[in-house]
Amino acid sequence: MEALLLSIRLALCVSAILFVIGMPLAYWIAFSSWRGKFLMESVIALPLVLPPTVLGFYVLVAMGPHGPLGKLWQKTFGHGLAFTFTGVVLASVLYSLPFAVQPLIASFESVDRKLLAASFILGAGRFSTFFRVVLPLSKAGVITALVLSFAHTLGEFGVVLMVGGNLPGVTRTVSIDIYDRVQSLEYAEANRMALLLLAFSFVVLSIVYGVNRKIARRVWSPWPAKSS
Amino acid sequence: MAGEVLVEMLTASLRLERGDAGRQSFLLEVSLHALPGITILFGPSGAGKSTLLDCIAGLTKPDWGRIVSGEEVLFDSDRGVNLPPQNRRIGYVFQSSALFPHLSVEKNIAYGLTHFPQEQQSERVTEILQAFRIEDLRTRKPEEVSGGEKQRTALARSLVTLPHVLLLDEPLTGLDAELKDSIVEDLRAWNSAQKIPILYVTHSRDEVDALGERVVALERGRIISEGTPGEVLNAPRRRRLAQAAGFENFLNAIVLDLREADGVMRVRLAQSSSEIEIPLGYASPGDHVRIAIRAGDILLATERPRGLSARNVLEGKILSLEQRGAMVIARVDCGVALNVHVTPGATRALELGVGKPISIVLKTHSCHLVDD
Repeated sequence: MEALLLSIRLALCVSAILFVIGMPLAYWIAFSSWRGKFLMESVIALPLVLPPTVLGFYVLVAMGPHGPLGKLWQKTFGHGLAFTFTGVVLASVLYSLPFAVQPLIASFESVDRKLLAASFILGAGRFSTFFRVVLPLSKAGVITALVLSFAHTLGEFGVVLMVGGNLPGVTRTVSIDIYDRVQSLEYAEANRMALLLLAFSFVVLSIVYGVNRKIARRVWSPWPAKSS
Repeated sequence: MAGEVLVEMLTASLRLERGDAGRQSFLLEVSLHALPGITILFGPSGAGKSTLLDCIAGLTKPDWGRIVSGEEVLFDSDRGVNLPPQNRRIGYVFQSSALFPHLSVEKNIAYGLTHFPQEQQSERVTEILQAFRIEDLRTRKPEEVSGGEKQRTALARSLVTLPHVLLLDEPLTGLDAELKDSIVEDLRAWNSAQKIPILYVTHSRDEVDALGERVVALERGRIISEGTPGEVLNAPRRRRLAQAAGFENFLNAIVLDLREADGVMRVRLAQSSSEIEIPLGYASPGDHVRIAIRAGDILLATERPRGLSARNVLEGKILSLEQRGAMVIARVDCGVALNVHVTPGATRALELGVGKPISIVLKTHSCHLVDD
């Protein structure tokens, strides 16, 4: 149970962080006319194609005692970042980034540009237009982003193992716990956990597809669908 | 409406070049004055009408120019002034109405009023709902109202903010004539108090006729003529607009002399010795001009007519006859080739046939001077 609670705590932290940083990032990609933004889109989509071990490896190197992030952390907080809960959160944010950002981009892009023009002309600034027009019309995308980043983090294995190791109560998440139990031939225990995760994932995905079929489908393509 | 009566003019002189690499570039270069009341911007699609509105609204930035609304400079490339759309005090209604789908009619209309106290907001909203006869729709969502009601709501939403200029981009396309009339009537009634310039974009001749005010004809990014609908549609100054307005015949000619007192000038048709009289235009003797004539405005006669008020009679012969429905198109060679529309009955009565010698008669005022 400890592992499951840890996983849920991790997933909640990651979804919350992704909600905050995903929103402006998606807004910028959806509405920027910068030519090079496809590069940014590729970077965000990388975790979809990279093996978690590759991503985990580089994050681990960066967080290690000789990595830039690790050194900075050590200096500021007096302890390392690798094999800590915070480290796992950071790695998971990177790993789940496309699952939060892409549904947001897709739904922001599907907002009719004429509505934005109308809002500007009626005196609303970009910020106000975002909260009064874009966001209310992107509800489905926001829910999808939240649910998917939560579910994806909950089930993650490779990155957590690379960056966090397997410390009970700190970094031993439910998927690692299942692996552990299989290794030590505790099949009944493993099955209980696995079944729980399976059921949970099914419920979550049903919610996503139920909320908006169109947007949910787009999420699974590695690149955000264009609205035109 | 609350308060001030504005008499303001909108002037826009601007230039905007859009070059898509490899594709044909587009140049918008216009100088426009719009007085209070409706000014129609007329032209085919792709003429730059919407781009012009976008420049005035601040959605698109011209490369060069100056846009002034009343006393306020909205854009001035020389002085580096470029007010954002939020500060231009402009109303803009799109063809698609662009109502916010998640807000009720009432909330859509109140959208631009958030900086007013609640009480004043609801007062103004109620007033404009009445003016545009959509009070019953207050709580409906845009998807629950008809096309005409959508445009009424969009107009109300723009006008409730008391803009200094109203831009309308084909706002009534697709609505039936009666509905159009009633909306335009409400708009006029509203503007009789506010007196702001209204720029009304359309590509429909019918709308130009119906709205019947000042027309500015735009084509390929340039203003090609302006005046009353009659002047712009019936006496086009350029060739392409003339075609749009239903001219079948274009003749090249050289101006011989001007008869100012009679309001006419004599011209000699190119590749021909024929001389005809046309209405006086901006031309001098020796100038090359182009003349547009409707095929339906030309008379055919089998003998040279006498005692006729029409000044222009040319001799020629019939090249071909082609029946199209209740109309016969006769192609006539009289030094230049002309298309003439005659009725099947007249064709039989005059025993018209290919090769038959013929006189054609042109009324002076059926000859329209066009720029080229």
